Amino acid sequence: MVKQLTVISGKGGTGKTTFTSSFAALAENAVIADCDVDAADMHLILQPEIFEIHDFYGLDVATIDKELCTDCGICVSSCRFAAIGSGKVVDVYKCEGCGVCEYVCPANAVSMIAKKAGEYYCSNTRFGPLVHAKLGAGEEASGKLVSDVRRRASELAEQSGKDLIIIDGPPGTGCAVIAAITGADMVLVVTEPTKSGIHDLERVVQVARHFRIPVAVCINKRDINDRLSVSIGEYCKINYIPVIGMLPYDNIVIEAMVEGRSVVEYSGGKFSEGIRSVWGKLENLLVQEKEGLVELL
Amino acid sequence: MKIAIASGKGGTGKTTVAVNFALAIGNTQLFDCDVEEPNCNLFLGLDLDKQEDVSIAIPEIDSEKCSLCGSCAEFCCYNAIAKLPQRVMIFPKLCHGCGGCQIVCPENAISEIKRPIGIIEKGVHAGSGISFFQGTLGIGEPMATPVIRRLQAHIDEKAVVVVDSPPGTACPVIATVGEMDYCVLVTEPTPFGLNDLVLAVEVVRQLKVPFGVIINRHGSGYNGVEKYCYSENIPILMKIPYDRKIAVLYSQGIPFVQRMPQWKENFRAMYHEICSISSENTLQDSYSGVRN
Repeated sequence: MVKQLTVISGKGGTGKTTFTSSFAALAENAVIADCDVDAADMHLILQPEIFEIHDFYGLDVATIDKELCTDCGICVSSCRFAAIGSGKVVDVYKCEGCGVCEYVCPANAVSMIAKKAGEYYCSNTRFGPLVHAKLGAGEEASGKLVSDVRRRASELAEQSGKDLIIIDGPPGTGCAVIAAITGADMVLVVTEPTKSGIHDLERVVQVARHFRIPVAVCINKRDINDRLSVSIGEYCKINYIPVIGMLPYDNIVIEAMVEGRSVVEYSGGKFSEGIRSVWGKLENLLVQEKEGLVELL
Repeated sequence: MKIAIASGKGGTGKTTVAVNFALAIGNTQLFDCDVEEPNCNLFLGLDLDKQEDVSIAIPEIDSEKCSLCGSCAEFCCYNAIAKLPQRVMIFPKLCHGCGGCQIVCPENAISEIKRPIGIIEKGVHAGSGISFFQGTLGIGEPMATPVIRRLQAHIDEKAVVVVDSPPGTACPVIATVGEMDYCVLVTEPTPFGLNDLVLAVEVVRQLKVPFGVIINRHGSGYNGVEKYCYSENIPILMKIPYDRKIAVLYSQGIPFVQRMPQWKENFRAMYHEICSISSENTLQDSYSGVRN
C-alpha cells in the first residue's frame, strides 16, 4: 500500500520546499512529486535527469473563423466569462473552454482548439524518482496538472515498488491545493509565527478537515515571534493537531539552497537535526492506522 | 493609475509591499485579490462590512422533466454532471457555471440556482484615506477566479488603485494583473526567488503590462536576482533589506512604514517613479490588444 504525504502551508514562503527536499533526502523508498506547478522549485535542489516528458493539455480554447462569422453576437451574449470581445476575438485568458459559444453559433464559425498548457516530467534524482511540471506562463487548470503529476507519481511508485509519495504542495486553499491533498494519507502544514502565517494555517487546516485528511503541523522560524509560536501551539492543542517540530530561523537554509543541496545533506547542524526529528515523527504518524487519526477529527 | 503587486513565488512579501505602499501614498483603493488567503487586513485591522456574496449559477435538474438522455453530462467539459441509470447527478464544486447544460437540454429540465462560493467585504482606513476591498474564497472551494472578478468590479478607474495579487502564474494572477497599468514584482534574493521571478516576468511580458522589481529581504549574499534584472533591463524599484525589526513588525501585523517613517518616503518616491514610467509608456504605446 503506497502512502501519500502532502506538505502545504497556506501561506507561501514558510519553507515547504526546504522541508520536502530534506524529506526526499531522508526517505529510504519514496517518489517525490512537485505539485507547486505554478512555481516549481524542487528541481533546483534535486537536479533531475528527465527521462520522460508528457504534454499537458488544460482546457480547450474557442477560436472564431472570421470568414464564417456573421457578427450575430449570439456567442458574445452567451459567454458567461465575458471572453469574447469586439472584433470576434477570444480573450484566451478569460475563456474557460466550456464550448457554449461553439454550440450556439448558427454559422459554425466557432471551434474549440486543444491547447498545450504545459509539460510534466518524470526524472531520476539522487533521492529516487521525481515527477515535476512546468505550467505555461499564465495558463489555467493548475489543479488538473497537479492531478496529472500525482497520477504519474502513483504509477511510478507502483512500478518501482516504492511505499511513499512525498508531495510538495502549492500555496493557498483553492483548486491546486485541493488537488494536491485529496486522497493523501496525511497533510503536514509548515507554518511560521506571524499573523499571516496563523491566519493561513487556520484556513488550510479547515480545508484539510473538509476533505477528512489527518493534519500535523511544524513551526518554522519559531524565534521571529516566540509569543505567536506559543499561540500556534495552543491552537493546535485545542484542535487535536500534533505539533511535530519547532525550528528557529537559520541562514543555513539559504546557504544550502544556493549550493543546490537539501539542508540535511549540506549541514549536520541544529536545523538539520530538527528536520530529522520531524521526519522521524512523520514516519511514525504515517505507519499508524489512518483510522486512528481520523477519529480525532 | 492601477498598480498590481505580484510575484511568482509565495512568501516574498507581496502583502507587506501592498499595504505599506498604499499607506505611504494614501487616498488609494487597496484590493486584496489573494482570495485564497487574504492577509492585508491583518495589517490594517479594519472593521469590514460585507458588500456581496459571490455566487456561481449551477444547474438544478427537474427529475419530472428529465428524460435521462445524457446530453448535459456529455456537454459538460468539467465533469460536473454524471448520468446514472436512474438519475442525473450534479457535482457543484466542479461546475464553472457556463450554462451550457441548460442550453443543450432538449426537455427544458434544467434551471439554475445560485451557489455562494465566497464573499466581498469593504473597510475604510480613516487615517490614510484607504478604501479597502477584500475577497475571501469559501473553505473547500476550488475556484478563485469568479471571486477575483467580482472584486475587480469595485475598482474605481479614476482612483489610485493598489492590488495585492495571489502568488504564482496561473489563472487568478492573470485575472488580476491583466487589468492593470503597472505591475510590481516582489522577489527575494535566493535561487528560488530568481526561478519564480523569471516565470512571473514571462507572464507579465505576455500580458504587455509594464513592470519593475522589488527585492525584499535584501542582503542574503546571493546576487543572482540583481544580475538577472540588469541583464534583462528590468528596473529595480526598491531594495528592502533583511532587517529583524521589519520581520518582527511583520509577524505582529504592524505595517513598518508606521514605525519607520523614512520608508514612507521611499515608497512615495517609488510611486512617482512608476507614474513617470507609465506616462512614458502611454506616449509610446500604440498597443491595441485583445483586452476590451
